[in-house]
Parts: sequence; structure tokens; C-alpha cells
Amino acid sequence: MSDNTEVAIVGIGMHEFGRTDGVSGMDQGVIAVRRAVADCGAKWEDMQFAFGGSQSSGAADTMVSKLGLTGLQFINVANGCATGGSALFSAYSAIRSGMSDIGIAIGFDKHERGAFRVETKGMDWYGSSGLALTTQFFGMKINRYMHTYGITNASLGRIGAKAFRNGALNPMAWRRKPLSEEEVLGSPMLSYPLTQYMFCNPGEGGVALVLVRGDQAHKYTDRPVFLKAAVVRSRKFGSFEVLAPSIALEHNAGPTVDASKAAFEMAGMGPKDIDLAQLQDTEAGAEIMHMAENGFCEHGEQERMLANGETEINGRIPVNTDGGCLANGEPIGASGLRQVYENVLQLRGDAGERQVPNDPKTAYTHVYGAPGISGVTILSR
Amino acid sequence: MPTRVLVAESVIEETVDGPRLKGSKCTACGTHAFPAQRSCQKCAGTETETVLLGTEGELWTFTVQGFPPKAPPYRGNADLATFVPFGVGYVELPGQVKVETRLTEADPAKLRIGMKMHLVLDVLGHDDDGNELVTYAFAPSGN
Repeated sequence: MSDNTEVAIVGIGMHEFGRTDGVSGMDQGVIAVRRAVADCGAKWEDMQFAFGGSQSSGAADTMVSKLGLTGLQFINVANGCATGGSALFSAYSAIRSGMSDIGIAIGFDKHERGAFRVETKGMDWYGSSGLALTTQFFGMKINRYMHTYGITNASLGRIGAKAFRNGALNPMAWRRKPLSEEEVLGSPMLSYPLTQYMFCNPGEGGVALVLVRGDQAHKYTDRPVFLKAAVVRSRKFGSFEVLAPSIALEHNAGPTVDASKAAFEMAGMGPKDIDLAQLQDTEAGAEIMHMAENGFCEHGEQERMLANGETEINGRIPVNTDGGCLANGEPIGASGLRQVYENVLQLRGDAGERQVPNDPKTAYTHVYGAPGISGVTILSR
Repeated sequence: MPTRVLVAESVIEETVDGPRLKGSKCTACGTHAFPAQRSCQKCAGTETETVLLGTEGELWTFTVQGFPPKAPPYRGNADLATFVPFGVGYVELPGQVKVETRLTEADPAKLRIGMKMHLVLDVLGHDDDGNELVTYAFAPSGN
């Protein structure tokens, strides 16, 4: 790839995750945009395009009335939990194609408290019967996984404790109080075998990322981070997905495996080349399964890896260094971009108390969500 | 006069031999689906026929719903004070499909992946008029 078709992330901006009463989801997005643009010394009017989205906080393109009516091409993205990943993929493609030099990917959200209320239009019987809960899928997927691969509750407790330990080191995180494995395991059982502190909560927040052509990156920053791959995949026949009234008898490994393989191929790298990873942890079990689905271990190895602390910040392959969804909550539109934000901080060496040691050079993100969609990115310095 | 309301009427057929779930079968490749689909997710065929699915199978995985689902859409008891957890699982119907279902058993210690299950009707709760709300569920078959 010649230098001018590389895509660099030069500016990053975030509005704190959690609960911010009195600030709308869109305003959190606006704040993230201003911070991202300022981070690279650019101006809003420099942006040639924007791709943005939220699940619950309105049409992203209306934020131009707050940011300035510059006439830029602003396209709304709505892709469930992969909204941020899809915005990033679209921004990547716009630059990679040579159509644009600089633009911005934006995600924000603000959800009501409690578990996501699921629309079951045309499937009234499903919601009526008490089956339209994403939490049930997570309990059922990890229950079967633990049964098949010999993972124990201790691993679920370790994931939860790690998330809150890392979140406590992250000033932008929602949950900043460390919790012990015992506290995680002993919290109320929500969806067997998953307890309250093993689940993330719908939350609030905003993230924006400024992308430019690689050969112009140094105009904006002396520490560009290059987007080596951005991939989104939907499910194939036979995969086991959230909110599925039935599953086929034949088995397919699912969209995460497909997205991961495609991203590694695009980047010309393999899992061993990655220095740290942010993996979708809607709940503790998801992080365990996604370690293997993304190629960072074999199925079943997680039990030993977690006991040995291999995914801690100072471990062999640090995972969810910012506390993940568990400590940050899940504003759907922003969640995937939060992972990329964290990776850029880590690759710049700006992650403060939670900085991964030894000067990391490559980083990986993965989101997963309804109705069976995964997004993966690979970054390098 | 209060009566019984089948909240999952669109996916259940009551026969003289008991309740059955209504699914579909692709006329081209034979793939089963639940609920019934007009096209096939496997071969993209557009001709399917409605079939009554089997009533017995093995528990493929399970969880227990430990907090009241949001109502709506839930029509059972969503009151935090009186809510009773219920089991949820997938039951693999041999040669057909794995169906998602409520389970009549909510104690994880009494549920086991691979155990035999059979289809029943189960009471969700009652509506404001005192009607009994009913949906399908699978129950352990013993052994």
C-alpha cells in the first residue's frame, strides 16, 4: 500500500461515559467532536465528511446546527451495536478510496435506565412470553460454552474484577470503584450463570475520531495512529445470536470469527502481532468467548490465561484496558469508538495510570451486538 | 367470564394430542425454521411449507430469568416484589431446529444440558380482566 492510501487517526475526542444528567446524548456527541477536532489542531470547517450515529439520541446529522453549518457531507449510520464501527468503516473507505482527505466518525447515545427494551414488532408472542431479553442470550451462550470447554465461575469473577480495577484507573469511565472477585460472584443472579456485576449497563457517552489520508497525517499530529483494518460482518446461517427464537441444527462460528479473520488478512497481521485488545464485554462471559473467537487463544485456554493474569494491563495480551463495557457502560452508538479511542491513547503512550508497558505498537478492537453483527479494527503506529 | 388467552397463539396449534409449535420447512433444501418463515435462511429459497414441529428434544442450553422483564412487551408478572424467576432455554428438536422456550423448571441445579424435555402449555400470569395468559414452555421429561 502506498503511503497516500493509508488512513490515519489524528484526533480523538470523548465525552465522559456514565450518567450525565442535563446533557443530551447528542450534546455529548457535540462535545466529543469539538474535543477530537481540537486534539489535532484542526477546525470543524476542515471536515469534508462525517459519518455518525446513535441508537436513542436522534439523527446525528442534526448536530451540524450546533457545530456549524459548513455544508459538509454528513451521513447517518444506524447499525445497532456496530454503529460506531460502521461509521469508522465508512470514514476509512471514504479516505482510502481517494474521495476525501479528512473527515470524522462520530458515535453517541443516552439510554434509559435498566435493561434494553427490545422492540418485537410482528413478534408480539416473543416479547409477551418473556423471551425478548438480550441478557438471556448472554447467559445461555456462556452456559453452554462453560459446559463445552470447562470454564468455571472463577473466570467470570476474574473478568469482572479486572474490568472494575481497570475502570478505576480511567478518568472517563463510569464505574470507578474496584470490586473483588467475591463481590462480582456474590452479586444478585440476573441471568444464570451471570450476576449483576458481570453485566454492563446501558449508559451515556460520546466519541469522535478525526481521520486523514496517511500522507497528510503529520500536518495534524506527530503521533499518528494508522487504521490498518476496519471490518464489519453480519451473521451466517447456523450461528447462535442474540434474540433468536430458533437456531439451526448446523453450527457456524459466527460473525466475530469472520470479521476477525478478514481484519487480520486486511492488516497483514495475525493475533500474535497484537500488543493489546479491546473485546466486546457486554458481560463477563462475552469477553471470555471473544478471546477465542478473535484468535487470541484456543477455546478453553481462557481459564488458565485468566488465572495467570495474562490479560491484565501488564500481562502478555492486555484486554479491555479502559475497563471495557463493564466499567464504561454501553451507549450503543459510541461503544465501538470508545475502544478505538482507548487504543489510540495506548499507542500514543497517553493512557496514564493504565498505560500498557513496553511501548505497544499494535492494537485491536472488537464489537458484537444484535442481531448478530461484529466489527473489528486493527491499529498500528 | 375470565377465559384462557394464548399469548403465543400465532406460533402454537392446539391439537387433540396436545399443543404443537408451528414452524416451516423449506421445500427446496428441507431446512426447518421457527417461527414459520416465508423464505429459507440457508438456501435463500422462497417456497416453504408450514409444519408442526416435534414435541420432544434435548436441552441445548439454558439460563434463568432472574429479574422482571420490562412490560410491555412482557405480559406476565413484572412486579419486582412478587416476580418469580423462570427458566429459559433452547431445546433441540431432532432433525429439525433448536427452539427458544420458557422452561417450567427455574432451578439451575435441576436443569442439565442434554436432559430430555417435552412441550407443554404454561401459565404466564393473569391480565386485568382475570384472564389466564398462557404460552408454550418445555418441561423436564425425567431421566
